[in-house]
Amino acid sequence: MPLDLDATVLELRALSKTLPGPPLRRLLDSVDLSVAPGEYVAIVGESGAGKSTLLNLVAALDRPDSGSVCFGDDDVSVLDEDAATLWRRREVGFVFQSFHVLPWLDLADNVALPLALAGAARGERQRRAREALRTVALEGRADDSPTRLSGGELQRVAIARALVHRPRLLLADEPTGNLDADNAERIAALLRNAVKTSTACGLIVTHSAAVAATADRVLRLARDGRLHRA
Amino acid sequence: MLELVWRSARRGLRVLAVLAIALGVALGVAVSAIHRAALDEFEAGMRGVSGSADVEAVAPGGMDERLYPQLARLPDVAAASPVVEREVGVESQGRALRLRVVGIDLFRARDVQPTLLPPPDAAARLMEPSSLFLSPAAARVLGVRPGDGLDLLGHRFAVSGLLPAAGEGAVLAVADIAEVQWRLGTPGQLSRIALRLREGVSREAALQRVVAVLPPDVLLQTPDQALERADRLSRAYRVNLGLLALIALAVGSFLVAATQASAIARRASEIALMRALGMTRAQLMRLLVGEGVLQGAAGALLGILFGHGFAALVLRVMGADLGAGLVTGVAPELVFDAAASLQYGVLGMVAAAIGAAWPARDALAMMPARALRAGVFAPRVRLLGDRARRALLLVLTAAGVAAALAPPVAGLPLGGYVAIACALSLAILCIPWATAALTARLPEPASVPLALALHRLRAEPAFASRSAAGMLAATALMAAMAVMVTSFRSSVDRWLGDVLPAEFYVRGDRDRPWPHDVAGRLEQVPGVERVEPLRHRTLQLGPDLPAVALIARPVPEDAGRVLPRVGPLAPPTDLPRVWASEAMADLYGWRAGLQVDLPLAGRTVSVQVAGLWRDYARQHGAIVIDLAQYRQLTGDELTDDFAIWLRADADASAVAAGLRRASGRGDTLELSSSADIRRLSLGVFDRTFAATYALEAASALIGLAGIAAAFAASAAARIGEFGLLRHIGCTRRQIALQLAAEGLLTALPGLLLGLLAGFVMSALLIEVVNRQSFHWSMEWEVPWMLLLCIVLAMLTCSMSAALLGARQALGVQPVRAVRRGD
Repeated sequence: MPLDLDATVLELRALSKTLPGPPLRRLLDSVDLSVAPGEYVAIVGESGAGKSTLLNLVAALDRPDSGSVCFGDDDVSVLDEDAATLWRRREVGFVFQSFHVLPWLDLADNVALPLALAGAARGERQRRAREALRTVALEGRADDSPTRLSGGELQRVAIARALVHRPRLLLADEPTGNLDADNAERIAALLRNAVKTSTACGLIVTHSAAVAATADRVLRLARDGRLHRA
Repeated sequence: MLELVWRSARRGLRVLAVLAIALGVALGVAVSAIHRAALDEFEAGMRGVSGSADVEAVAPGGMDERLYPQLARLPDVAAASPVVEREVGVESQGRALRLRVVGIDLFRARDVQPTLLPPPDAAARLMEPSSLFLSPAAARVLGVRPGDGLDLLGHRFAVSGLLPAAGEGAVLAVADIAEVQWRLGTPGQLSRIALRLREGVSREAALQRVVAVLPPDVLLQTPDQALERADRLSRAYRVNLGLLALIALAVGSFLVAATQASAIARRASEIALMRALGMTRAQLMRLLVGEGVLQGAAGALLGILFGHGFAALVLRVMGADLGAGLVTGVAPELVFDAAASLQYGVLGMVAAAIGAAWPARDALAMMPARALRAGVFAPRVRLLGDRARRALLLVLTAAGVAAALAPPVAGLPLGGYVAIACALSLAILCIPWATAALTARLPEPASVPLALALHRLRAEPAFASRSAAGMLAATALMAAMAVMVTSFRSSVDRWLGDVLPAEFYVRGDRDRPWPHDVAGRLEQVPGVERVEPLRHRTLQLGPDLPAVALIARPVPEDAGRVLPRVGPLAPPTDLPRVWASEAMADLYGWRAGLQVDLPLAGRTVSVQVAGLWRDYARQHGAIVIDLAQYRQLTGDELTDDFAIWLRADADASAVAAGLRRASGRGDTLELSSSADIRRLSLGVFDRTFAATYALEAASALIGLAGIAAAFAASAAARIGEFGLLRHIGCTRRQIALQLAAEGLLTALPGLLLGLLAGFVMSALLIEVVNRQSFHWSMEWEVPWMLLLCIVLAMLTCSMSAALLGARQALGVQPVRAVRRGD
């Protein structure tokens, strides 16, 4: 799908964040970033550079010292906790380094969690969860327990969960950090494909050059708190 | 800061576990220390009176003093000393106590009871009229010194000196035997004759020759048998409190399990690291159980301290019988009870070790490689497999039924206690099934938090098992005690109605029976319809068993009108008829229709047991005989108490005033209305059970703390899960709702099974433990409203406890929460 760079969906404006001290440490310094629908952006940088902080600010899980995070027409950085929670429920899909799949739910129920929270009927939830599992090549395993899955499989379940409610923003924080090279490659491809086959935009934080290479754009968060084209 | 709060909360839970162990240890140590102090006091007094006697001839109802020369002249007897003794109430300078008054023959006592003798320079004064000597303890409590006067037995005695050899524990007064006989109004009567046997004689043969000359109502007993009898007096009461201490320890053990589970969940990766570095499973088990034992040791130490402190307080406030009215005297001196401290201290540590070993099994089963990997969950709760569980259920059921049907052991309902332990264990074993059955039947809720809670408990019924075990035990204890106490109280209430049919009761002084003409004078008081005299005697039916009460009162043809009868009635024969309390059936095997021999007035009288009756006042046995029959058999025309019926139109207060005047005792007359006696009795009943209510409340708190600890453990392991839910759009309120629902669903099976176990335990308490300990029956009564309130309160508290336990985990920021998972 061709990118429509004029139809920006996510826009960070002069975003700054300082870690409380002493000593004070400026993690982000007037960061600007625009991401278009269907665009897949990778952010790399040294450990402790502030990549995950940037992701949390985008997800409205943290508040910036200054600047704004605009999603569509809304500045999500000013939302109160409940409003931010409802916005995430609707618009954001998350993938974490350590999967966070609930051991006491089967795979379908794990994937259907965002739909359940959105109030979808059980039949609809099950149908869409199984469909999402198919897209990550786990069809037929919907009733399995997560405890039987490998790390790579667990991350595919997490990706299915992140996509099942068709979010407009996909955020991934070191999604391949706990995986071997083969699985990391497969997950990276899945994430890219997920963004490209939807209207969502994707933001991935990674240390892996190979994973970053699958993105449309790779930005490096430097020690000065600014984003640079890698 | 959050970390700090979290750590502090964990410390709080550990402190609670230590306190729970301390509670059980303290109760056990206190009961034992109080009993030890009481027994020491009794032994000191008894040794003083018995002195170096090998054996004593005793008759609670008194024996003819002509027996003394017969015994003294026996060739086997080296020395004999006659004794008259009575325990009487005495007041001096505003202080009151029960004082043992002992009358001795100075010249005879020298050879057998030297500790009762005054100092040699003052000994001759013992034989002076109205002269007595006090033990140092009695003089101290009464606040009198040599030279002072002391009103005793309606006479003013002169305190001639102290008895330095009597020892600190003895509270007694010694006077000349003739003086005491005279003041007691029992001339020619002895209470006991202490005998010292010649050296070298065969003890068994000598005792047989002594017994041969004893009348039927005189028994031969050794000092050890007297001690054994005193021990039996409070044994049942003591053992029942000991059982409560053990239940408290069991509940404490569950709390240790919950806090250790919390610690293990928190330290999963640390434990995995140690395993990876080479720590063996056995070493790990030792480490984790050792931590529990340390908690137990801290609890035991605290418990021993609290126990002795509590015992000192109880001895000061209530006396050595915990308010049960079994032992009298000044507050006995409390000494450190090393044996009980060791016993309960070890039990406390064992309870904590068992509590710690349970979750340690989960840690042992944890795969180090998986636990070391990021994002892998805390150890799963491991339980018995279904087959092993079924087998254990069968074994416990069979053992429980067999134990419940077993006879008492040495007068103690040990089978009942084993059956109670089996019932409790059975209920705990059933928790996972009950949780699975409950959650499987509940429909899928529309609310996401409720659905998540339901899914979690469906997937992990084992979690509920550990979390709810303490709750189950506490609920079972509360329900069992509630049913038992309600049944007991209403039975006592009905019983009081049966045994107190008259409006007024005049109580006499046991040391001075009423003169024969008083009944007639009382009947003349305007407003009095009828006066019934009562005579109380005691009978010693066995050397090892406490004395039995004999109550002589008018008994009509239909005895059920005046006695709360139980069981069948025997058809009359030519023999005199007596009605025996249920204790007589249990202790002596009496039943309706049986012919038994009673030692009455120095001879053996055969009587027929007409039937049994329920008596809550005398747990060691009571026999009722018709007053006219008693007088005919014994020639004893004296009266101790009167029951007085009023005319319908009588003014009760005017009649009371008339009775006081007619008795000749005025305001000192002990006159009580049946309503007053009833109120007083029920007040004593409620006070007696107040300690158990406090223990129940403590158990409930410990049970709830167990839920809080289990949820704290679970929440510590689920921080990542909560973080994820917050990331994908769950609000804080929804997660709190999920946890509250989990708390409810976790507690509900525990509560229901606890109620069920409580009913079984109450049946065992009523039909086995009470019956075998105190020998009384009662009607079953279930306080439904109280139980409903308990269940609702516990459910509400469980939800709050679950939220409280998980509060810190909920407070962790979602971003940090998912990272901690990383």
